[in-house]
Amino acid sequence: MAEKEVLLEVKNLTKHFVVERSFFGKPLSVLKAVDNVSFKIYKGEALGLVGESGCGKSTIGKMLVNLYTPTDGKIIYEGVELTALKQRQRREYCKDIQLIFQDPYSSLNPRMTIGDIIAEPIIVNKLLPRNEVENRVNYLLNCVGLANHQRNRYAHEFSGGQRQRVGIARALAVNPKLIVCDEPVSALDVSIQAQVLNLLDDLKEEFGLTYLFIAHGLNVVKHISDRVGVMYLGKIMELADKNELYENPLNPYTQALLSAIPSVDVENKTERIILEGDVPTPIDPPDGCRFCSRCFKRTEGCDKYETVLKDIGGGHYVACKLFEK
Amino acid sequence: MSNVKQVSVLAEETVKIEKPESQIKIMWDALKKNKAALFGLIVILILVFVAFFGDLIAPFSATETNMADAKQGMSIEHWFGTDMQGRDIFSRILSGTKYSLLIGIAAVAFSLVIGTVLGSVAGYFGGKIDAVIMRIMDIMLAIPSILLAITLMAAFGQGLDKAIVAIGVVSIPEFARIVRSSIMSAKENDYVAAAKVLGNSNARIIFRHILPNVVSSIVVRATLGISTAILDIAALGFLGLGVKPPTPEWGTMLGDAKSYIMSLPHMIIFPGIVISLAVLAFNLFGDGLRDALDPKSRS
Repeated sequence: MAEKEVLLEVKNLTKHFVVERSFFGKPLSVLKAVDNVSFKIYKGEALGLVGESGCGKSTIGKMLVNLYTPTDGKIIYEGVELTALKQRQRREYCKDIQLIFQDPYSSLNPRMTIGDIIAEPIIVNKLLPRNEVENRVNYLLNCVGLANHQRNRYAHEFSGGQRQRVGIARALAVNPKLIVCDEPVSALDVSIQAQVLNLLDDLKEEFGLTYLFIAHGLNVVKHISDRVGVMYLGKIMELADKNELYENPLNPYTQALLSAIPSVDVENKTERIILEGDVPTPIDPPDGCRFCSRCFKRTEGCDKYETVLKDIGGGHYVACKLFEK
Repeated sequence: MSNVKQVSVLAEETVKIEKPESQIKIMWDALKKNKAALFGLIVILILVFVAFFGDLIAPFSATETNMADAKQGMSIEHWFGTDMQGRDIFSRILSGTKYSLLIGIAAVAFSLVIGTVLGSVAGYFGGKIDAVIMRIMDIMLAIPSILLAITLMAAFGQGLDKAIVAIGVVSIPEFARIVRSSIMSAKENDYVAAAKVLGNSNARIIFRHILPNVVSSIVVRATLGISTAILDIAALGFLGLGVKPPTPEWGTMLGDAKSYIMSLPHMIIFPGIVISLAVLAFNLFGDGLRDALDPKSRS
């Protein structure tokens, strides 16, 4: 992977939300949604990002598409530091990085026909002359498996899977290079999930896309990603090639997650690792390693020493005291 | 990709291009079932008709005095009697419809436009802008609306246009508040986030993506607002601050009648009934519209 071209790099990205303010506007308590996260996305790959609810994976996605402003850290896209740009210049890069939403029901404007929904970004960004827009919309509809004659219908006339296809077509309309898929299938039926995942896979080839694929289950990510990152409480715990991660998980948290995937193989049944307790609140995360309060391999000093994501060889990154010499 | 294309081809054969069912038709179907709202609508339509043709169908002149016929009670010739200067009250009511309706609708339109813009900006941007706009609205709300209207009329002077502005200004805060709260809940939708990510300008997001989705609550409020405006203009007229006296505006007629309340009660009863009817009609229609636009109560 190392010789591949870096499309986007994230350096020490941090997002804190102020939960409570004093009367004079001084922050009283702060939610550390994303804390000091660094990773690279290579051109043409699909980077999966998994973690439980509230671990900050969606927040990362929203920072990449400029819906949230990072508290700290850098987002570098094709050598340009987006986080240093003024809002006006920053918006120029918006169309390069698009977002596919989790909820296909609230992500389409109920007052617009799907044809208008897909045509609007082309018109707003002046990508094509007006008379070519219609052809482009028809082409995009076909790309995502919808028929031209459906363009005059409203979103509520479609099923969840079809709506998600409209959302994908809308994102493709501005010729993006990177698409952040924010749990694009978790609101869909299992049978539809596979269809949409395959569609995303096909489109990646056809349009030369790069994905940041956010999900909360390792099994969905396994299907589509080249590399996978595992997040816990605003930190990346482990990041490696898909096969490496699934066969040789090093971080105890990853091991526990993988053991939770149901297996149909009777011979090769994995022992389920049951974690104790609940996820601590990100308003007051544990000192030291974020996972230390629930870790089954906890040793002396885990709750004092803050772990850093380190390459232990072959592009396998782990944040755990066990693997630091 | 191949199987995907196949699916779309199949679908094309079976279904021809279809037009969406119009929102207005769905709304009309729901409204038809509501008898009270239908009654309101009919009264409103009659009022609108009278507003246009009232001067033509009125049997007498609305402004010409005729002292010989003064202070008459109800009769075949003068249905609602005549006032102290011999003017036919029925004719004056017909002729006055256009003033009440015009002032009501124009005042609501005035406050609707300004209130929507202020409320949208406050609700969409939030923060300091929101705080400044809404505190100004709060200050306006703290003054009783009729008192504020009287103050404005005293400052502007009498006249139709001034009455419209005075009543319009008074109801700006209400529209600003309702638009703001609708916008604040609508802007949390993912399609607004999508519009941002796709590079839409803030103005376009507000007017194309958010406002169309909250328009129903605004329309309902505006319909109810017309009735309030009709009452307000009647109150101003009664106090002698509305349109200039010979003009047969309903509130002004009430004001003229107040010295004759014991001797000529019909002078106050008939304009009073018409004002109440107009207000009732707009309220019933507004309520019906709210039910018709609310998908939850439709089913």
